[in-house]
Amino acid sequence: MSVLLETELLTICFGGLTAVDQCCLSIEEGDLYGLIGPNGAGKTTVFNMLTGVYVPTSGSVKFRGRLISGRSPVEVARLGISRTFQNIRLFDELSVLENAMTGAHQHAKINLFDSLLRTSRHYREERRQRERAYELLQFMGLEERAGLPAKQLPYGHRRRLEIARALATEPRLICLDEPAAGMNTGEKAELSALIRRIRDELGVTVLLIEHDMKLVMGICEKIQVLDYGKTIALGPPKEIQNNPKVIEAYLGGD
Amino acid sequence: MHRTLALLVVGVSLAFGVDWFLGEFIEEYVVRIINLCGIAIILAVSLNVINGLCGQFSLGHAGFMAIGAYVSAYFTTTLRVLNTETGETIVRAPLFDGAWGFVPALLVGGAAAAAAGLIVGVPTLRLKGDYLAIATLGFGEIVIILLTNFDSVGAARGLPGLPNYASSFWILTFAWICVVGSVFLQRSTFGRALIAIRENELAAEVMGIRVARLKVMAFIYGAFFAGIAGGLLGHLLRTISPSTFGFMKSIEVVVMLVLGGLGSLTGAIVGAIVLTVLPEALRDVEQQAKLPGIRMVVYALVLILMMIFRPQGIFGQRELSLKLLRRVLPARLRGGDSETKP
Repeated sequence: MSVLLETELLTICFGGLTAVDQCCLSIEEGDLYGLIGPNGAGKTTVFNMLTGVYVPTSGSVKFRGRLISGRSPVEVARLGISRTFQNIRLFDELSVLENAMTGAHQHAKINLFDSLLRTSRHYREERRQRERAYELLQFMGLEERAGLPAKQLPYGHRRRLEIARALATEPRLICLDEPAAGMNTGEKAELSALIRRIRDELGVTVLLIEHDMKLVMGICEKIQVLDYGKTIALGPPKEIQNNPKVIEAYLGGD
Repeated sequence: MHRTLALLVVGVSLAFGVDWFLGEFIEEYVVRIINLCGIAIILAVSLNVINGLCGQFSLGHAGFMAIGAYVSAYFTTTLRVLNTETGETIVRAPLFDGAWGFVPALLVGGAAAAAAGLIVGVPTLRLKGDYLAIATLGFGEIVIILLTNFDSVGAARGLPGLPNYASSFWILTFAWICVVGSVFLQRSTFGRALIAIRENELAAEVMGIRVARLKVMAFIYGAFFAGIAGGLLGHLLRTISPSTFGFMKSIEVVVMLVLGGLGSLTGAIVGAIVLTVLPEALRDVEQQAKLPGIRMVVYALVLILMMIFRPQGIFGQRELSLKLLRRVLPARLRGGDSETKP
Protein backbone atom coordinates (compact mmCIF):
# COMPACT_ATOMS: atom_id res chain seq x y z
CA MET A 1 0.00 0.00 0.00
CA SER A 2 1.32 3.40 -0.91
CA VAL A 3 0.95 6.53 1.15
CA LEU A 4 -1.80 8.73 -0.28
CA LEU A 5 -1.76 11.64 2.10
CA GLU A 6 0.94 12.63 4.51
CA THR A 7 1.19 15.63 6.80
CA GLU A 8 4.38 16.60 8.56
CA LEU A 9 4.32 18.61 11.77
CA LEU A 10 1.21 20.43 10.59
CA THR A 11 0.65 23.46 12.80
CA ILE A 12 -1.73 26.38 12.67
CA CYS A 13 -2.06 29.29 15.05
CA PHE A 14 -4.91 31.74 15.28
CA GLY A 15 -3.46 34.66 17.18
CA GLY A 16 -2.09 33.15 20.38
CA LEU A 17 -4.02 29.91 20.07
CA THR A 18 -2.32 26.92 18.54
CA ALA A 19 -5.35 25.11 17.15
CA VAL A 20 -3.39 22.23 15.68
CA ASP A 21 0.05 21.44 16.97
CA GLN A 22 2.52 19.37 14.95
CA CYS A 23 -0.06 16.98 13.60
CA CYS A 24 1.34 14.06 11.62
CA LEU A 25 -1.07 12.04 9.56
CA SER A 26 -0.18 9.22 7.25
CA ILE A 27 -3.03 7.80 5.25
CA GLU A 28 -2.48 4.90 2.91
CA GLU A 29 -4.45 4.19 -0.20
CA GLY A 30 -7.56 2.22 0.72
CA ASP A 31 -7.56 3.23 4.36
CA LEU A 32 -10.65 3.91 6.38
CA TYR A 33 -9.07 6.36 8.73
CA GLY A 34 -10.77 7.92 11.73
CA LEU A 35 -9.84 11.25 13.26
CA ILE A 36 -11.44 11.71 16.65
CA GLY A 37 -11.14 13.89 19.68
CA PRO A 38 -13.21 15.92 22.12
CA ASN A 39 -14.90 19.16 21.05
CA GLY A 40 -12.43 21.82 20.00
CA ALA A 41 -9.60 19.35 19.54
CA GLY A 42 -8.83 20.75 16.08
CA LYS A 43 -10.25 18.03 13.85
CA THR A 44 -12.14 20.28 11.47
CA THR A 45 -9.16 22.63 11.39
CA VAL A 46 -7.04 19.73 10.14
CA PHE A 47 -9.62 19.13 7.40
CA ASN A 48 -9.54 22.78 6.46
CA MET A 49 -5.77 22.63 6.10
CA LEU A 50 -5.92 19.44 4.05
CA THR A 51 -8.42 20.95 1.61
CA GLY A 52 -6.73 24.31 1.20
CA VAL A 53 -9.28 26.34 3.13
CA TYR A 54 -6.65 27.28 5.73
CA VAL A 55 -2.97 27.75 5.08
CA PRO A 56 -0.93 26.06 7.83
CA THR A 57 1.40 28.24 9.89
CA SER A 58 4.10 25.61 9.53
CA GLY A 59 4.43 22.03 8.41
CA SER A 60 3.38 20.48 5.13
CA VAL A 61 0.71 18.41 3.48
CA LYS A 62 1.69 15.98 0.76
CA PHE A 63 -0.89 14.30 -1.43
CA ARG A 64 0.27 11.57 -3.81
CA GLY A 65 3.82 12.77 -3.28
CA ARG A 66 2.98 16.36 -4.21
CA LEU A 67 3.15 19.27 -1.82
CA ILE A 68 -0.36 20.74 -1.55
CA SER A 69 -0.25 22.93 1.54
CA GLY A 70 -0.75 26.54 0.48
CA ARG A 71 -2.71 25.66 -2.63
CA SER A 72 -6.24 26.96 -3.08
CA PRO A 73 -9.29 24.79 -2.32
CA VAL A 74 -10.06 24.66 -6.05
CA GLU A 75 -6.63 23.27 -6.90
CA VAL A 76 -6.75 20.75 -4.06
CA ALA A 77 -10.20 19.61 -5.17
CA ARG A 78 -8.93 19.15 -8.71
CA LEU A 79 -6.03 17.06 -7.46
CA GLY A 80 -8.47 14.58 -5.97
CA ILE A 81 -9.41 15.46 -2.41
CA SER A 82 -13.07 16.04 -1.76
CA ARG A 83 -14.92 16.75 1.44
CA THR A 84 -18.20 17.32 3.18
CA PHE A 85 -18.92 19.94 5.81
CA GLN A 86 -19.85 19.68 9.45
CA ASN A 87 -22.52 22.32 8.91
CA ILE A 88 -24.07 21.12 5.67
CA ARG A 89 -23.31 23.33 2.69
CA LEU A 90 -25.59 22.30 -0.14
CA PHE A 91 -26.67 24.44 -3.08
CA ASP A 92 -30.20 24.88 -1.78
CA GLU A 93 -31.82 26.31 -4.88
CA LEU A 94 -30.54 23.55 -7.14
CA SER A 95 -32.26 20.19 -7.36
CA VAL A 96 -30.81 17.11 -5.71
CA LEU A 97 -29.57 15.83 -9.07
CA GLU A 98 -28.09 19.20 -10.02
CA ASN A 99 -26.26 19.35 -6.71
CA ALA A 100 -24.57 16.07 -7.50
CA MET A 101 -23.89 17.27 -11.05
CA THR A 102 -21.95 20.30 -9.80
CA GLY A 103 -19.46 17.82 -8.36
CA ALA A 104 -18.84 16.50 -11.87
CA HIS A 105 -18.37 20.03 -13.26
CA GLN A 106 -14.62 20.07 -12.69
CA HIS A 107 -14.12 17.29 -15.23
CA ALA A 108 -16.08 19.07 -17.97
CA LYS A 109 -13.92 19.46 -21.05
CA ILE A 110 -16.15 21.95 -22.82
CA ASN A 111 -16.03 25.71 -22.98
CA LEU A 112 -18.76 28.31 -22.60
CA PHE A 113 -19.37 28.53 -26.35
CA ASP A 114 -20.20 24.83 -26.51
CA SER A 115 -23.02 25.51 -24.10
CA LEU A 116 -24.13 28.80 -25.64
CA LEU A 117 -24.27 27.27 -29.12
CA ARG A 118 -25.53 23.90 -27.89
CA THR A 119 -22.94 21.83 -29.71
CA SER A 120 -22.96 18.04 -29.51
CA ARG A 121 -20.12 18.31 -27.00
CA HIS A 122 -22.47 20.20 -24.70
CA TYR A 123 -25.11 17.49 -24.85
CA ARG A 124 -22.52 14.77 -24.33
CA GLU A 125 -21.20 16.58 -21.27
CA GLU A 126 -24.71 17.06 -19.83
CA ARG A 127 -25.41 13.36 -20.32
CA ARG A 128 -22.13 12.37 -18.72
CA GLN A 129 -22.77 14.54 -15.68
CA ARG A 130 -26.37 13.47 -15.33
CA GLU A 131 -25.54 9.78 -15.57
CA ARG A 132 -22.66 10.02 -13.13
CA ALA A 133 -24.71 12.06 -10.68
CA TYR A 134 -27.64 9.68 -10.95
CA GLU A 135 -25.40 6.66 -10.30
CA LEU A 136 -24.11 8.28 -7.14
CA LEU A 137 -27.60 9.25 -6.01
CA GLN A 138 -28.57 5.60 -6.44
CA PHE A 139 -25.50 4.60 -4.49
CA MET A 140 -26.51 6.89 -1.65
CA GLY A 141 -30.17 5.87 -1.92
CA LEU A 142 -31.42 9.27 -3.06
CA GLU A 143 -32.50 8.54 -6.63
CA GLU A 144 -36.19 8.91 -5.85
CA ARG A 145 -35.61 12.47 -4.73
CA ALA A 146 -33.49 13.48 -7.72
CA GLY A 147 -35.90 16.17 -8.94
CA LEU A 148 -36.56 17.78 -5.56
CA PRO A 149 -34.96 21.10 -4.62
CA ALA A 150 -32.15 20.35 -2.20
CA LYS A 151 -33.64 22.65 0.44
CA GLN A 152 -36.66 20.36 0.71
CA LEU A 153 -34.62 17.30 1.66
CA PRO A 154 -34.88 15.98 5.21
CA TYR A 155 -31.79 16.32 7.34
CA GLY A 156 -30.37 12.82 7.01
CA HIS A 157 -30.73 12.94 3.24
CA ARG A 158 -28.97 16.28 3.10
CA ARG A 159 -25.92 14.71 4.67
CA ARG A 160 -26.04 11.89 2.16
CA LEU A 161 -26.43 14.28 -0.74
CA GLU A 162 -23.31 16.08 0.38
CA ILE A 163 -21.43 12.81 0.21
CA ALA A 164 -22.87 12.04 -3.24
CA ARG A 165 -21.81 15.48 -4.45
CA ALA A 166 -18.31 15.01 -3.05
CA LEU A 167 -18.05 11.61 -4.74
CA ALA A 168 -19.09 13.12 -8.07
CA THR A 169 -15.75 14.94 -8.16
CA GLU A 170 -14.16 11.48 -8.58
CA PRO A 171 -11.83 11.96 -5.60
CA ARG A 172 -9.00 9.70 -4.49
CA LEU A 173 -9.61 10.75 -0.92
CA ILE A 174 -12.88 11.83 0.64
CA CYS A 175 -12.91 13.66 3.95
CA LEU A 176 -16.18 13.29 5.84
CA ASP A 177 -16.73 15.83 8.60
CA GLU A 178 -19.13 14.32 11.13
CA PRO A 179 -21.40 12.66 8.59
CA ALA A 180 -23.54 11.04 11.28
CA ALA A 181 -24.15 14.15 13.35
CA GLY A 182 -27.80 14.49 14.23
CA MET A 183 -28.79 11.09 12.82
CA ASN A 184 -30.75 8.44 14.67
CA THR A 185 -29.44 4.91 15.35
CA GLY A 186 -31.05 3.41 12.26
CA GLU A 187 -29.71 6.12 9.97
CA LYS A 188 -26.26 5.76 11.53
CA ALA A 189 -26.20 2.02 10.82
CA GLU A 190 -27.14 2.67 7.19
CA LEU A 191 -24.53 5.37 6.93
CA SER A 192 -21.70 3.24 8.27
CA ALA A 193 -22.56 0.55 5.74
CA LEU A 194 -22.47 3.22 3.02
CA ILE A 195 -19.11 4.57 4.17
CA ARG A 196 -17.63 1.11 4.03
CA ARG A 197 -19.05 0.65 0.52
CA ILE A 198 -17.47 3.94 -0.59
CA ARG A 199 -14.09 2.42 0.20
CA ASP A 200 -14.81 -1.13 -0.95
CA GLU A 201 -16.87 -0.56 -4.08
CA LEU A 202 -15.78 2.86 -5.28
CA GLY A 203 -12.18 2.46 -4.16
CA VAL A 204 -12.08 5.87 -2.51
CA THR A 205 -9.91 6.29 0.58
CA VAL A 206 -11.94 7.67 3.47
CA LEU A 207 -10.85 10.04 6.21
CA LEU A 208 -13.57 10.40 8.80
CA ILE A 209 -14.19 12.82 11.63
CA GLU A 210 -16.90 11.54 13.91
CA HIS A 211 -18.13 11.95 17.42
CA ASP A 212 -20.10 8.76 17.52
CA MET A 213 -17.65 6.26 19.03
CA LYS A 214 -19.67 3.22 18.09
CA LEU A 215 -19.65 4.24 14.43
CA VAL A 216 -15.95 5.10 14.36
CA MET A 217 -14.87 1.98 16.24
CA GLY A 218 -17.14 -0.11 14.02
CA ILE A 219 -15.80 0.94 10.65
CA CYS A 220 -12.40 2.57 10.95
CA GLU A 221 -9.29 0.48 10.79
CA LYS A 222 -6.95 3.16 12.03
CA ILE A 223 -7.82 5.87 14.46
CA GLN A 224 -5.93 8.97 15.45
CA VAL A 225 -6.98 10.91 18.51
CA LEU A 226 -6.46 14.66 18.82
CA ASP A 227 -6.74 16.68 22.00
CA TYR A 228 -6.03 20.40 22.17
CA GLY A 229 -4.41 20.16 18.74
CA LYS A 230 -1.98 17.42 19.72
CA THR A 231 -2.05 13.80 18.67
CA ILE A 232 -2.41 11.71 21.81
CA ALA A 233 -2.97 8.28 20.35
CA LEU A 234 -2.80 6.40 17.06
CA GLY A 235 -3.69 2.81 16.31
CA PRO A 236 -6.41 0.27 15.62
CA PRO A 237 -9.76 0.69 17.44
CA LYS A 238 -9.03 -1.89 20.11
CA GLU A 239 -5.90 -0.12 21.27
CA ILE A 240 -7.55 3.26 21.24
CA GLN A 241 -10.43 2.08 23.36
CA ASN A 242 -8.06 0.95 26.09
CA ASN A 243 -5.61 3.82 25.85
CA PRO A 244 -5.54 5.63 29.22
CA LYS A 245 -4.67 8.98 27.61
CA VAL A 246 -7.74 8.80 25.39
CA ILE A 247 -9.98 7.90 28.27
CA GLU A 248 -8.56 10.81 30.20
CA ALA A 249 -9.11 13.22 27.32
CA TYR A 250 -12.72 12.21 26.95
CA LEU A 251 -13.68 11.68 30.57
CA GLY A 252 -11.28 14.10 32.22
CA GLY A 253 -8.55 13.20 34.67
CA ASP A 254 -6.97 14.67 37.73
CA MET B 1 -26.01 23.23 -32.96
CA HIS B 2 -28.91 22.60 -35.35
CA ARG B 3 -31.24 23.68 -32.60
CA THR B 4 -29.32 26.91 -32.12
CA LEU B 5 -29.48 27.70 -35.83
CA ALA B 6 -33.16 26.86 -35.94
CA LEU B 7 -33.80 29.11 -32.95
CA LEU B 8 -31.84 31.91 -34.57
CA VAL B 9 -33.84 31.58 -37.79
CA VAL B 10 -37.09 31.56 -35.79
CA GLY B 11 -35.98 34.63 -33.83
CA VAL B 12 -34.90 36.59 -36.86
CA SER B 13 -38.08 35.82 -38.77
CA LEU B 14 -40.20 36.65 -35.75
CA ALA B 15 -38.38 39.94 -35.36
CA PHE B 16 -38.83 40.59 -39.06
CA GLY B 17 -42.55 39.83 -38.88
CA VAL B 18 -43.12 41.92 -35.78
CA ASP B 19 -41.08 44.79 -37.23
CA TRP B 20 -43.27 44.79 -40.33
CA PHE B 21 -46.46 44.54 -38.30
CA LEU B 22 -45.44 47.37 -35.99
CA GLY B 23 -44.50 49.55 -38.92
CA GLU B 24 -47.80 48.96 -40.72
CA PHE B 25 -50.38 48.99 -37.99
CA ILE B 26 -49.10 50.41 -34.74
CA GLU B 27 -48.66 54.07 -33.89
CA GLU B 28 -45.13 55.31 -33.50
CA TYR B 29 -45.39 56.10 -29.80
CA VAL B 30 -46.32 52.51 -28.95
CA VAL B 31 -43.59 51.15 -31.23
CA ARG B 32 -41.10 53.28 -29.35
CA ILE B 33 -42.21 51.83 -26.03
CA ILE B 34 -41.93 48.32 -27.44
CA ASN B 35 -38.41 49.12 -28.62
CA LEU B 36 -37.48 50.44 -25.18
CA CYS B 37 -38.94 47.25 -23.68
CA GLY B 38 -36.70 45.18 -25.95
CA ILE B 39 -33.63 47.10 -24.81
CA ALA B 40 -34.71 46.85 -21.17
CA ILE B 41 -35.07 43.09 -21.57
CA ILE B 42 -31.50 42.80 -22.86
CA LEU B 43 -30.28 44.87 -19.91
CA ALA B 44 -32.23 43.02 -17.24
CA VAL B 45 -31.52 39.54 -18.58
CA SER B 46 -27.81 40.22 -18.92
CA LEU B 47 -27.57 41.77 -15.46
CA ASN B 48 -29.44 38.74 -14.13
CA VAL B 49 -26.47 36.59 -15.09
CA ILE B 50 -24.18 38.67 -12.86
CA ASN B 51 -26.55 39.59 -10.02
CA GLY B 52 -29.08 36.80 -10.14
CA LEU B 53 -27.24 33.64 -11.17
CA CYS B 54 -23.77 34.36 -9.88
CA GLY B 55 -24.97 36.46 -6.93
CA GLN B 56 -22.42 39.24 -7.51
CA PHE B 57 -24.26 42.44 -6.78
CA SER B 58 -23.16 44.79 -9.54
CA LEU B 59 -24.27 48.38 -9.93
CA GLY B 60 -22.13 49.12 -12.97
CA HIS B 61 -24.43 48.10 -15.78
CA ALA B 62 -24.93 51.63 -17.09
CA GLY B 63 -21.15 51.99 -17.35
CA PHE B 64 -20.99 48.99 -19.68
CA MET B 65 -23.92 50.43 -21.64
CA ALA B 66 -22.12 53.73 -22.05
CA ILE B 67 -19.03 52.03 -23.42
CA GLY B 68 -21.11 50.02 -25.89
CA ALA B 69 -23.05 53.09 -26.96
CA TYR B 70 -20.05 55.35 -27.50
CA VAL B 71 -17.94 52.72 -29.25
CA SER B 72 -20.71 51.69 -31.64
CA ALA B 73 -21.54 55.36 -32.27
CA TYR B 74 -17.90 55.93 -33.16
CA PHE B 75 -18.17 53.32 -35.88
CA THR B 76 -21.50 54.48 -37.27
CA THR B 77 -20.74 58.21 -37.24
CA THR B 78 -17.10 59.19 -36.99
CA LEU B 79 -16.02 56.80 -39.71
CA ARG B 80 -18.32 58.62 -42.11
CA VAL B 81 -17.09 61.81 -43.72
CA LEU B 82 -19.07 64.13 -45.89
CA ASN B 83 -17.47 64.86 -49.21
CA THR B 84 -18.12 68.59 -49.47
CA GLU B 85 -17.77 68.68 -53.26
CA THR B 86 -20.24 65.97 -54.17
CA GLY B 87 -22.32 65.98 -51.00
CA GLU B 88 -21.85 62.19 -50.60
CA THR B 89 -20.84 60.46 -47.43
CA ILE B 90 -17.73 58.42 -47.62
CA VAL B 91 -17.25 55.53 -45.27
CA ARG B 92 -13.67 54.83 -44.37
CA ALA B 93 -14.32 51.28 -43.22
CA PRO B 94 -16.71 49.59 -45.66
CA LEU B 95 -17.64 46.93 -43.09
CA PHE B 96 -19.52 49.59 -41.14
CA ASP B 97 -21.41 50.96 -44.14
CA GLY B 98 -25.17 51.28 -44.30
CA ALA B 99 -27.81 49.68 -42.09
CA TRP B 100 -25.98 46.35 -42.18
CA GLY B 101 -22.87 48.06 -40.90
CA PHE B 102 -24.81 48.58 -37.69
CA VAL B 103 -24.34 44.95 -36.64
CA PRO B 104 -20.54 44.95 -36.68
CA ALA B 105 -20.62 48.35 -34.97
CA LEU B 106 -22.85 46.95 -32.24
CA LEU B 107 -20.68 43.87 -31.87
CA VAL B 108 -17.56 45.97 -31.52
CA GLY B 109 -19.37 48.05 -28.91
CA GLY B 110 -20.35 44.86 -27.09
CA ALA B 111 -16.80 43.57 -27.28
CA ALA B 112 -15.44 46.83 -25.85
CA ALA B 113 -17.94 46.60 -22.98
CA ALA B 114 -16.95 42.95 -22.46
CA ALA B 115 -13.32 44.00 -22.23
CA ALA B 116 -14.36 46.53 -19.60
CA GLY B 117 -16.21 43.69 -17.86
CA LEU B 118 -12.93 41.79 -17.70
CA ILE B 119 -11.14 44.84 -16.35
CA VAL B 120 -13.78 45.37 -13.67
CA GLY B 121 -14.25 41.68 -12.94
CA VAL B 122 -10.67 40.75 -12.11
CA PRO B 123 -9.78 43.33 -9.44
CA THR B 124 -13.21 43.13 -7.77
CA LEU B 125 -13.03 39.36 -7.36
CA ARG B 126 -12.13 39.63 -3.71
CA LEU B 127 -15.06 41.91 -2.96
CA LYS B 128 -18.42 40.68 -1.83
CA GLY B 129 -21.85 42.15 -1.23
CA ASP B 130 -21.92 45.87 -0.45
CA TYR B 131 -18.24 46.35 -1.22
CA LEU B 132 -18.65 44.92 -4.69
CA ALA B 133 -21.73 47.07 -5.24
CA ILE B 134 -19.75 50.18 -4.32
CA ALA B 135 -16.77 49.23 -6.48
CA THR B 136 -18.96 48.61 -9.54
CA LEU B 137 -20.85 51.81 -8.83
CA GLY B 138 -17.48 53.56 -8.81
CA PHE B 139 -16.67 52.01 -12.17
CA GLY B 140 -19.89 53.39 -13.65
CA GLU B 141 -19.10 56.84 -12.31
CA ILE B 142 -15.55 56.71 -13.68
CA VAL B 143 -16.90 55.98 -17.14
CA ILE B 144 -19.35 58.88 -16.91
CA ILE B 145 -16.69 61.30 -15.64
CA LEU B 146 -14.27 60.31 -18.40
CA LEU B 147 -16.94 60.78 -21.05
CA THR B 148 -17.97 64.14 -19.60
CA ASN B 149 -14.41 65.42 -19.78
CA PHE B 150 -13.21 64.24 -23.16
CA ASP B 151 -13.96 66.79 -25.82
CA SER B 152 -13.43 64.26 -28.59
CA VAL B 153 -16.63 62.47 -27.53
CA GLY B 154 -18.55 65.69 -27.12
CA ALA B 155 -17.94 66.01 -23.39
CA ALA B 156 -21.14 66.81 -21.50
CA ARG B 157 -22.99 67.62 -24.75
CA GLY B 158 -22.53 64.07 -25.94
CA LEU B 159 -22.72 62.82 -29.49
CA PRO B 160 -25.65 64.02 -31.59
CA GLY B 161 -26.86 62.81 -34.95
CA LEU B 162 -26.51 59.06 -34.62
CA PRO B 163 -28.07 57.34 -37.62
CA ASN B 164 -31.52 55.90 -37.22
CA TYR B 165 -30.41 52.26 -37.27
CA ALA B 166 -32.00 50.77 -34.17
CA SER B 167 -35.13 49.41 -35.80
CA SER B 168 -37.51 47.10 -33.98
CA PHE B 169 -36.03 44.33 -36.07
CA TRP B 170 -32.54 44.67 -34.62
CA ILE B 171 -33.73 45.33 -31.10
CA LEU B 172 -35.97 42.29 -31.07
CA THR B 173 -33.33 40.13 -32.74
CA PHE B 174 -30.72 41.00 -30.14
CA ALA B 175 -33.24 40.64 -27.31
CA TRP B 176 -34.00 37.17 -28.64
CA ILE B 177 -30.31 36.26 -28.88
CA CYS B 178 -29.69 37.55 -25.36
CA VAL B 179 -32.62 35.65 -23.87
CA VAL B 180 -31.90 32.38 -25.69
CA GLY B 181 -28.20 32.66 -24.85
CA SER B 182 -28.98 33.24 -21.19
CA VAL B 183 -31.38 30.30 -21.06
CA PHE B 184 -28.68 28.13 -22.63
CA LEU B 185 -26.12 29.46 -20.18
CA GLN B 186 -28.38 28.91 -17.20
CA ARG B 187 -29.16 25.35 -18.22
CA SER B 188 -25.61 24.20 -18.61
CA THR B 189 -22.78 23.09 -16.41
CA PHE B 190 -21.64 26.72 -16.29
CA GLY B 191 -25.06 27.93 -15.16
CA ARG B 192 -25.14 25.36 -12.39
CA ALA B 193 -21.63 26.34 -11.37
CA LEU B 194 -22.66 30.02 -11.22
CA ILE B 195 -25.65 29.17 -9.03
CA ALA B 196 -23.38 27.01 -6.87
CA ILE B 197 -21.13 30.06 -6.33
CA ARG B 198 -24.15 32.12 -5.36
CA GLU B 199 -25.52 29.50 -3.00
CA ASN B 200 -22.30 28.63 -1.23
CA GLU B 201 -18.97 29.87 -2.45
CA LEU B 202 -16.81 27.69 -0.20
CA ALA B 203 -18.67 24.53 -1.17
CA ALA B 204 -18.33 25.51 -4.84
CA GLU B 205 -14.56 25.89 -4.41
CA VAL B 206 -14.29 22.53 -2.69
CA MET B 207 -16.15 20.98 -5.65
CA GLY B 208 -13.31 22.21 -7.84
CA ILE B 209 -15.41 24.91 -9.50
CA ARG B 210 -13.07 27.67 -10.70
CA VAL B 211 -14.88 30.40 -8.84
CA ALA B 212 -12.69 33.32 -9.92
CA ARG B 213 -12.80 32.39 -13.58
CA LEU B 214 -16.57 31.90 -13.58
CA LYS B 215 -17.25 35.20 -11.83
CA VAL B 216 -15.19 37.04 -14.44
CA MET B 217 -16.99 35.09 -17.14
CA ALA B 218 -20.34 36.24 -15.75
CA PHE B 219 -19.12 39.83 -15.77
CA ILE B 220 -17.91 39.55 -19.36
CA TYR B 221 -21.15 37.97 -20.52
CA GLY B 222 -23.31 40.56 -18.76
CA ALA B 223 -21.14 43.45 -19.94
CA PHE B 224 -21.21 42.27 -23.54
CA PHE B 225 -24.98 42.41 -23.75
CA ALA B 226 -25.10 45.64 -21.77
CA GLY B 227 -22.81 47.08 -24.45
CA ILE B 228 -25.12 45.84 -27.18
CA ALA B 229 -28.10 47.36 -25.38
CA GLY B 230 -26.21 50.63 -25.02
CA GLY B 231 -25.49 50.69 -28.75
CA LEU B 232 -29.12 49.98 -29.54
CA LEU B 233 -30.35 52.65 -27.15
CA GLY B 234 -27.92 55.18 -28.61
CA HIS B 235 -29.15 54.57 -32.13
CA LEU B 236 -32.74 54.66 -30.98
CA LEU B 237 -32.43 57.97 -29.11
CA ARG B 238 -30.01 59.18 -31.80
CA THR B 239 -28.22 61.37 -29.30
CA ILE B 240 -26.10 60.08 -26.51
CA SER B 241 -24.67 62.01 -23.62
CA PRO B 242 -23.00 60.87 -20.41
CA SER B 243 -26.13 61.67 -18.40
CA THR B 244 -28.08 59.00 -20.33
CA PHE B 245 -25.93 56.37 -18.64
CA GLY B 246 -25.81 57.75 -15.13
CA PHE B 247 -26.12 55.95 -11.86
CA MET B 248 -29.93 55.97 -12.06
CA LYS B 249 -29.82 53.86 -15.20
CA SER B 250 -27.96 51.11 -13.31
CA ILE B 251 -30.43 51.35 -10.46
CA GLU B 252 -33.32 51.12 -12.89
CA VAL B 253 -32.01 47.82 -14.23
CA VAL B 254 -31.43 46.46 -10.73
CA VAL B 255 -34.99 47.44 -9.79
CA MET B 256 -36.29 45.54 -12.83
CA LEU B 257 -34.49 42.44 -11.58
CA VAL B 258 -35.63 42.81 -8.01
CA LEU B 259 -39.21 43.39 -9.11
CA GLY B 260 -39.24 40.30 -11.30
CA GLY B 261 -37.36 38.17 -8.81
CA LEU B 262 -33.59 38.12 -8.59
CA GLY B 263 -32.28 34.98 -10.25
CA SER B 264 -35.33 34.35 -12.39
CA LEU B 265 -34.85 34.92 -16.10
CA THR B 266 -38.55 35.18 -16.86
CA GLY B 267 -38.82 37.47 -13.85
CA ALA B 268 -36.18 39.73 -15.38
CA ILE B 269 -38.16 39.90 -18.63
CA VAL B 270 -41.42 40.68 -16.84
CA GLY B 271 -39.70 43.25 -14.60
CA ALA B 272 -38.15 44.94 -17.63
CA ILE B 273 -41.49 45.19 -19.42
CA VAL B 274 -43.44 46.35 -16.37
CA LEU B 275 -40.95 49.06 -15.44
CA THR B 276 -40.77 50.33 -19.01
CA VAL B 277 -44.50 50.37 -19.63
CA LEU B 278 -45.63 51.52 -16.18
CA PRO B 279 -44.19 55.06 -16.29
CA GLU B 280 -45.67 55.56 -19.77
CA ALA B 281 -49.06 54.20 -18.76
CA LEU B 282 -49.03 56.43 -15.72
CA ARG B 283 -48.33 59.41 -17.93
CA ASP B 284 -51.88 59.04 -19.27
CA VAL B 285 -53.27 58.77 -15.78
CA GLU B 286 -51.40 61.90 -14.87
CA GLN B 287 -53.00 63.87 -17.68
CA GLN B 288 -56.47 62.55 -16.94
CA ALA B 289 -56.27 63.23 -13.23
CA LYS B 290 -54.56 66.58 -13.74
CA LEU B 291 -52.02 65.68 -11.11
CA PRO B 292 -48.61 66.34 -12.62
CA GLY B 293 -45.87 64.37 -10.94
CA ILE B 294 -48.16 61.70 -9.51
CA ARG B 295 -46.48 59.29 -11.91
CA MET B 296 -43.31 59.02 -9.85
CA VAL B 297 -45.30 58.73 -6.64
CA VAL B 298 -47.26 55.76 -7.97
CA TYR B 299 -44.12 54.25 -9.42
CA ALA B 300 -42.40 54.44 -6.04
CA LEU B 301 -45.49 53.20 -4.27
CA VAL B 302 -45.64 50.11 -6.46
CA LEU B 303 -42.05 49.32 -5.57
CA ILE B 304 -42.56 49.91 -1.86
CA LEU B 305 -45.67 47.74 -1.77
CA MET B 306 -43.73 45.09 -3.63
CA MET B 307 -40.95 45.14 -1.04
CA ILE B 308 -43.47 44.83 1.78
CA PHE B 309 -45.72 42.12 0.40
CA ARG B 310 -43.48 40.18 -1.93
CA PRO B 311 -39.82 40.94 -1.22
CA GLN B 312 -38.65 37.97 -3.28
CA GLY B 313 -40.06 39.59 -6.44
CA ILE B 314 -42.92 38.51 -8.67
CA PHE B 315 -41.39 35.16 -9.51
CA GLY B 316 -38.95 34.63 -6.67
CA GLN B 317 -36.28 32.42 -8.16
CA ARG B 318 -38.77 30.39 -10.12
CA GLU B 319 -39.15 30.47 -13.86
CA LEU B 320 -42.40 30.97 -15.67
CA SER B 321 -42.73 27.69 -17.50
CA LEU B 322 -45.39 25.26 -18.64
CA LYS B 323 -44.60 23.19 -15.56
CA LEU B 324 -45.25 26.08 -13.20
CA LEU B 325 -48.44 27.03 -15.04
CA ARG B 326 -49.66 23.46 -14.73
CA ARG B 327 -49.02 23.54 -11.00
CA VAL B 328 -50.72 26.88 -10.49
CA LEU B 329 -53.76 26.24 -12.68
CA PRO B 330 -56.70 24.47 -11.02
CA ALA B 331 -56.81 20.71 -11.62
CA ARG B 332 -59.70 20.71 -14.05
CA LEU B 333 -57.91 23.11 -16.36
CA ARG B 334 -54.82 20.95 -16.50
CA GLY B 335 -54.31 18.91 -19.63
CA GLY B 336 -53.88 15.14 -19.57
CA ASP B 337 -50.39 13.79 -20.05
CA SER B 338 -49.05 16.55 -22.24
CA GLU B 339 -45.56 16.05 -20.81
CA THR B 340 -43.07 17.81 -23.02
CA LYS B 341 -39.37 17.50 -22.74
CA PRO B 342 -37.71 20.85 -22.08
